[in-house]
Amino acid sequence: MTTFPEAARRELANDQLRTNLRNATETIRAKRGRAVAELPDWEALRDAAKAIKEDVLANLGPYLERFEEEVTAAGGHVHWARDAADANAVVVEVARRHDATEVVKVKSLTTDEIGLNDALAGAGIHALETDFAELILQLDGDWPSHILVPAIHRNRTEIRDLFARTIAPGITSDDPRDLAEASRAYLRERFLAARVGVSGANFGIVETGSVCVVESEGNGRMCTTLPPVLVTILGIEKLLPRFADLGVLLQVLPRSSTGERMNPYTSLWTGVTAGDGPQELHVVLLDNGRTRVLADEVGRQALHCIRCSACLNVCPVYSRTGGHAYGSVYPGPIGAILTPQLRGIEHAASLPFASSLCGACYEVCPVKIDIPRVLVHLRAKAVEATGGAGERAAMETAAWAFESPRHLSIAQRAGALLTRPFARGGSLHRLPPPLRAWSRTRDLKPPATRSFRRWWRKERS
Amino acid sequence: MAQGALLSTDARTDVLRRVASAAAGAHAPLSVPRGYRRIGAMQHEERVELFCRRAGEYRADVRRLHAREVAAACAEICGARGVRRLVVPPGLPTAWRPSGVELVADEGLSPHELDATDGALTGCTLAIAETGTIILTAGPAEGRRAISLVPDLHVCVVSERQIVELVPQAFTALAEQGLARRPITLISGPSATSDIELSRVEGVHGPRNLFVLVLREVS
Repeated sequence: MTTFPEAARRELANDQLRTNLRNATETIRAKRGRAVAELPDWEALRDAAKAIKEDVLANLGPYLERFEEEVTAAGGHVHWARDAADANAVVVEVARRHDATEVVKVKSLTTDEIGLNDALAGAGIHALETDFAELILQLDGDWPSHILVPAIHRNRTEIRDLFARTIAPGITSDDPRDLAEASRAYLRERFLAARVGVSGANFGIVETGSVCVVESEGNGRMCTTLPPVLVTILGIEKLLPRFADLGVLLQVLPRSSTGERMNPYTSLWTGVTAGDGPQELHVVLLDNGRTRVLADEVGRQALHCIRCSACLNVCPVYSRTGGHAYGSVYPGPIGAILTPQLRGIEHAASLPFASSLCGACYEVCPVKIDIPRVLVHLRAKAVEATGGAGERAAMETAAWAFESPRHLSIAQRAGALLTRPFARGGSLHRLPPPLRAWSRTRDLKPPATRSFRRWWRKERS
Repeated sequence: MAQGALLSTDARTDVLRRVASAAAGAHAPLSVPRGYRRIGAMQHEERVELFCRRAGEYRADVRRLHAREVAAACAEICGARGVRRLVVPPGLPTAWRPSGVELVADEGLSPHELDATDGALTGCTLAIAETGTIILTAGPAEGRRAISLVPDLHVCVVSERQIVELVPQAFTALAEQGLARRPITLISGPSATSDIELSRVEGVHGPRNLFVLVLREVS
């Protein structure tokens, strides 16, 4: 994949993106702040949420088996998927058995992660995105740039023009109200006629076998209620042990995510209910790299994530580069620790460096993921994995220099001598490669021509 | 799907084996610290008022009235909003049913048939004051999930004693009433999106109009 610095440079040149992002991140950040400040027990909720997720990870095997048992007992079918190919095969097979040429989809990062839409397209099945923002992106062949508001990089006139070309010929207004109405009109008949719905899930409840989807628009309810057949894809880390745990997670998630006390719609269903909703339910339990993350003692806390996106909105890096620079469906600070672990560090080695380590992400995280700590941990792994010969040589030189006073003195003298040709106007410019990349964006005083120790010796002699 | 089933069996073994080996070093907390508020502190009237205020802040239209006034209030809403055909679940109390509007009993209406109605009138199971949320569990007076979704207007009747103060209390109550495995829908205001430049639009796919009628306790 393209490295983060390369992708970021491209994104930073986009003025529209930067304006929209600044507006979005600042607005949501302020809303979140108010929603959180309103609760006197916010920290206690975070502590509970973190412990619940630790419990899930420590007992994941038995919890998965119990969850499977409960779903099956309630009339649902459980499938296990080692990777994207396994999961996609299940959805394709279910759609085929029902002769569906189209499935209606709830916004789901997990299905984006496994490339489900392309897999379905390969089998001649159209996956219709029904979330407003996802529909916009799908119509334009674009990609989400934010977990919560995926089309935040597009403005209203762009969307109006897109709709005029695609689903609403002749539309002239760019009022968000009219644009939302256009999507409502376009999707309504598709919802009513759909035979297969596909969703991700926010939570799976071990104790009851229930699946939980949190949303705002009602498209999630449409997709999980109206079609006779429903396939839900659930990352194995999304379990909650007890029904009562929803009392914690359904407080911290909406307040962290949209800054609302509660999102408009939350749906829970357990297997199949006679006469109400889909009469055939498939739940796909997806690994796709999650067990690799789980095996890392420091990194496994990334699996606590409930996809609220609070860390994106406070991140000084994300709020300038936007989501596309991260080259993954998981952008921002959480993406910087999740993507390299899910894919393997060698496939996303630049991401752990896409941070200033300021720690704002940790402070807002509702499940207390220590993102800076995991970033540092992954940086070490990235250096190991990608060689980093230059860096290793530099560190070895430094180790030698600090070994004895004599070594240090030699190094200081050499440093002053070697940097002299690059010193102009009291600072260093354009150091030779490989230091050039570093000096391009930083000012550095040249080393003093005489070290403190030499000066001291002279003074005292 | 014989082949698919075979694949799934292998995948199940593989995933569970990977999980077991990866989770071996993970330690669970001795217990989940539950120091957050789990029992409300408010008196009845204060709690009811908070619910009404919070539901209203989501731009739901909230009215407090007596049980005998439900039918008339509903008829008035239907008149004002041009609702001619109103879906009602089979177990809706007779006294709530308005006159002057065609009542469509939901006996397994198809999605298209539902779409040809203008509104729905339902009860609920619980409500949460702190978040202004109503909770439906597909009970006799609430009906199938689809009826509070497809029509463009939803009138929901909440009785004061159904209102709990806090989110955790709602989930405790649902479990105690044996409703944890029912289809559960939490509704907090009309459906909404903020996807375009973060400007909030009420009503995308769910009902654009939500009316909440809170029944006064008869003392």
